[in-house]
Parts: sequence; C-alpha cells; structure tokens
Amino acid sequence: MITYAGRADRSRRISSALMTSLTALCTLLAVGALFIILAYIAVQGIGSLNLQFLIDSPRPVGEGGGIGNAILGSLVLLGISSAFGLPIGICVGVYLSEVGKGRLASIVRFIVDTLTGIPSIVTGVFVYAILVLPMKHFSAFAGGVALALIMVPIVARTTEEMLKLVPHSLREGALALGAPQWRVTLGVILPAAASGIATGAMLAIARVSGETAPLLFTAFGSRFFPTSLNEPIASLTVQIYNYALSPYDEWHALAWAATLVLMTLILGINIIVRVLTRRKF
Amino acid sequence: MSVATNKLRIDVRDWRRILSPTGNPGDAVFRVLMTAITFFVVAIVIGMVLTLGADSMQSIRHFGWGFLTGREWNPVRGNFGALPFIYGTLMSSLIALLISVPFSLGIAIFLVEQAPHYLAKPVGFVVELLAAIPSVVYGVWGIFVLAPFLRVHIEPKLAALLGWTPFFQGQITGIGLLTGGIILAIMVTPIISAVVRDVLSAVPGSQREAALALGATKWEMIRVVLVNGAPGIAGAVILGLGRALGETMAVTMVIGNRPEISLSLFAPSYTIASAIANEFTEATDDLYLSALVELGLILFLVTFVVNGLARILVWNVTRKTGGLSRAA
Repeated sequence: MITYAGRADRSRRISSALMTSLTALCTLLAVGALFIILAYIAVQGIGSLNLQFLIDSPRPVGEGGGIGNAILGSLVLLGISSAFGLPIGICVGVYLSEVGKGRLASIVRFIVDTLTGIPSIVTGVFVYAILVLPMKHFSAFAGGVALALIMVPIVARTTEEMLKLVPHSLREGALALGAPQWRVTLGVILPAAASGIATGAMLAIARVSGETAPLLFTAFGSRFFPTSLNEPIASLTVQIYNYALSPYDEWHALAWAATLVLMTLILGINIIVRVLTRRKF
Repeated sequence: MSVATNKLRIDVRDWRRILSPTGNPGDAVFRVLMTAITFFVVAIVIGMVLTLGADSMQSIRHFGWGFLTGREWNPVRGNFGALPFIYGTLMSSLIALLISVPFSLGIAIFLVEQAPHYLAKPVGFVVELLAAIPSVVYGVWGIFVLAPFLRVHIEPKLAALLGWTPFFQGQITGIGLLTGGIILAIMVTPIISAVVRDVLSAVPGSQREAALALGATKWEMIRVVLVNGAPGIAGAVILGLGRALGETMAVTMVIGNRPEISLSLFAPSYTIASAIANEFTEATDDLYLSALVELGLILFLVTFVVNGLARILVWNVTRKTGGLSRAA
C-alpha cells in the first residue's frame, strides 16, 4: 500500500487525520465549557454559602438575607406539580402504550410531543390566562400547574417507552391466566417498568426545578415564607433572577450562592439517576 | 325481526368490544379512565391555542398583519409592532445555530465514529449535562462571566478585524445579540448533538464497511455516513432551532432588551420570549396585554411548525432504533 501512496493519497490521509482530531477538539471544548461554568458557580457561590443563608428569607441590601423561603417555595411548587404532573403523565403513557391504537394514538402522541416543544414562557402566559386572571392574583397553585404542564409530556413519553420495553410474553402470560387487562397493567406491567418510570419522573422533576419563565407571572415570587397555596410564592429560580439583575454586588453574590444550591440539586438528581440506571442502558 | 334492531345490537356489541376486549367490566372502567385523562391533556393543548388566540384578538383586530411588520413598540403611545422582536429572535437563533451546528456535528461524530466505548458513554453523559443546566443559571453565568469576557477580550478584536462590515460596529458593551447568540449556542449544542448521535448510530454499519472497502480514509467514510443521515441531521438542527427560538431567561439576561433593529451584533436587541418575560406583569392596559399574548401566540405557532418538521425528519431516520426520546 505504501508503495502506491502518491501525493494525493498523503493529502487525503492528512486531511482525514486533521478532521478527525477536530471532532475530538469540539468534544473537548463542550466538556470544557461545562467544567468552566460549574467551576465558576462553585467558586463564586461557596463564599456566601452558610447555614444562615439557607434558612433566612431575603432582607434589604446590606443586611444579608437568604433563600430559605425560596427553597421551601421551590419544594412546595415541585410538590404541587408532581401531584398533578406525575399521575397524569403516567396515565397518558399507559394510554399510549396499552390502550390507544392506530391513528388516534398517533395523533395523541403528536399532540403530547407538541406540548414538549412549547416554550415554557408560553405555558406561563396560558396559565396566567386560565388561572391567574380569573383568581385575580398570583398563586403557588398557578405556578405548580404551569410546572405540571411541562412535566406531563416528559413523564408520558418515558412511561410509554418503558412500558413498551416490557416483554410481550409477560402480558400474554398474565392474560392467559385469566387476568383482565387492568390487573395485567397495574399488577404486572407497571411494576415491571417501575424503575424506568421513576427515572423519567426524577428527570422531569430535575427539569422543572430549573424552570423560571413559567413562574414569572404565575407564582410571581415573594419575600416571605409561604403560608398558603393561594398566594404568591418564592422560588429558587425567580429569586436567582431577581438577585442577579439587581444593581447590588452583595445581591450578585447571593445569586451565585443560590445558583450553587440549585445546581447541586439538579446535578445531584441527574447523576443519581445515571448511576442507578447504568446497568440498564 | 327488523333490520334496524339487528344493526343496533351489533353496534352495542362493537362498543362493548372497544371498551373492553376481554369482556371484563373493570377493563371498561380502566380504559375509559386512561382515555379520559389522555384526552384531557389533548384538550389542554387545544385550549392553549384557543386561549392565546382569544386573548390576542384585540391586538389582532387592531393591528392586523401590520403587527408582524411594525417597527415601533411603544406602550406609551399604544403602538405595537413585533418586527424588532421577530428580528431579535431570528438573529440570536441564527447566530446560535451558526456556532453550535459545527460543534454538535463534531461532538456526535467523535462519540459515534471515533471514541472507544469506555470513553463515549461518560463523555456523552457529560455533554448532555450541559442540557440539564437551567436557563437562569446560564443567564447568571452570561451576565457575570461571558459578557465581561466578550467585552474585554473578544469584541474589540472583532471590531478591529471586521469593523468594516456592518455586523461589528457600534459601542462595545458585552450585552447584545452576539452574547445572546453565544449563550444560546452553548444551550442548544447538547440537544443537537444528542439527536445527531442517534441519527448517526442509525446509519447501517454496511455503509461504513463499503466506504472503507473502497479505500476511503476515515474522514471520507464519515462523510458517507453524514450524507446517509442528512435528513435526520437537518431534523436535529431544526429541533435546536425550535429550542433556541423559545428560550427565555438566559437570553433575557444578556441580550440588552431594547426593541431596535440593528445589523450590528454588538447592539442590544430583544426577543419575543424576553419581551413577554419582561413586560407581561407591567402591561397596564388591555391592548398592551393583548399584544404580548399575540407575541406568545406567534411563538407558539412558529415552534409548533418547527418542532413538527424536526420530528418528522428525525423520526424517518431513527424510527428503527427509537431515537428521539433523548431529545425530549
């Protein structure tokens, strides 16, 4: 081969080596970008992070203050959205995998996928129109519903795919024993896919816990600890946004610290899910 | 017995079969319940379009098609034109794609065609973690790290080098279209590269073997694979576009939020999503609110078409391997 290798061949091999190393460089840069971003968050955030910061509510500039109410608010919002989003999402997934057939199921699947692609700010506008306007005030409930709308398609599609991975022989075996479809689905197929569905649910929660745009005019934000689901509520993300856009350096430091808390939560969930599912994928 | 009753009896039996193929009444309840919940979700999506349409009616009636071409957005005078937002949205997304598409292709090619298995999996996961970072976190990083960096190190050089073109003129602030586009590029890269990975994995190995057997170098073989996956790659890019168009928080924090149309990438701009985020709670009169909802409607319809197109393209290539799940 080498004896035949003329100048053209050599230039082909050089360009091949060049392009293939360029792809490695692209990957390196993307990984580098992630580490630079995470490193900045860690370094900038760690300085203002202490117990007081985690349990206090926001105070005027110069008096410190913390994100305790925002952490609690985010948990409340996640609770509301999970209470609506997870069961509905799982039911839609069950419909798509076990009940719906033919063209109708395809149309439903398309519409559910459409929901995935809707920008979250538009979801916020919609919830504002149907909940905030009639109730005449912002509320934790409206914020939770907005987040639930984002969760539903994610949970539905992972549930559907996990159910489809369950071997047909399991369904047939249970049906052959005389079990009705609802018992087969609830007693055999859902438990068989439970870990996969839980994974999807956790990823949906991680995704939703970082959402800001749909909360701006549904949950709105608050400087106080939540007392009712029927009033505006603080959240980590909106608090970060408000701190970051303020003109005060002190609040910028608080924004970094709150970002560190949020990223720890989200990366934690992602990595735990990855470790738990490593054997399967 | 008349024909009519006979027909009726068959109809009833058909319905029973649809409700419960096993003849078990519990199944009928189960299937009706699942179907009802699913169609409740479908109704919400349809309700979303109708609500956005109804609430933007006032603005649609008042401005008509002129809303899309109007260059002035002036809440004080009650004159609302969406062109600056449409321009800002398209330009920032275009910049994002120009930067992220070559990178995403490179990453996907590296992970599918070159990296050994023990490396491809963890590196792929790390790249996907970029997609797990929330928008507002990108925004914080953007205003405190990226914008100052661009202002001090990159934008003066671009101005010196390409200042003779209309794209790199004007005051250098670090806040503007270019910064917004770069932040968006980082955000859509993991999405595009994940889908391109699925697309490339779906290209049959025989294509690679055939190319190599004909004496192709590794890169020439990769080009064959890329041509094979071209429709799916186009779908991945369009999917990234759909995400970039609707991205709100990060862009809002770095783009400058001024409804002006300027060719310069250094100039502050404004996107549809940012306008809604910033002005929705400030909209005092009905027409203002209605105009903002119409912006939301435009965003909804555009992302609907863009995402639909992307899904069809990607699905055609990866349906055998069931790709798109990771892009969700």
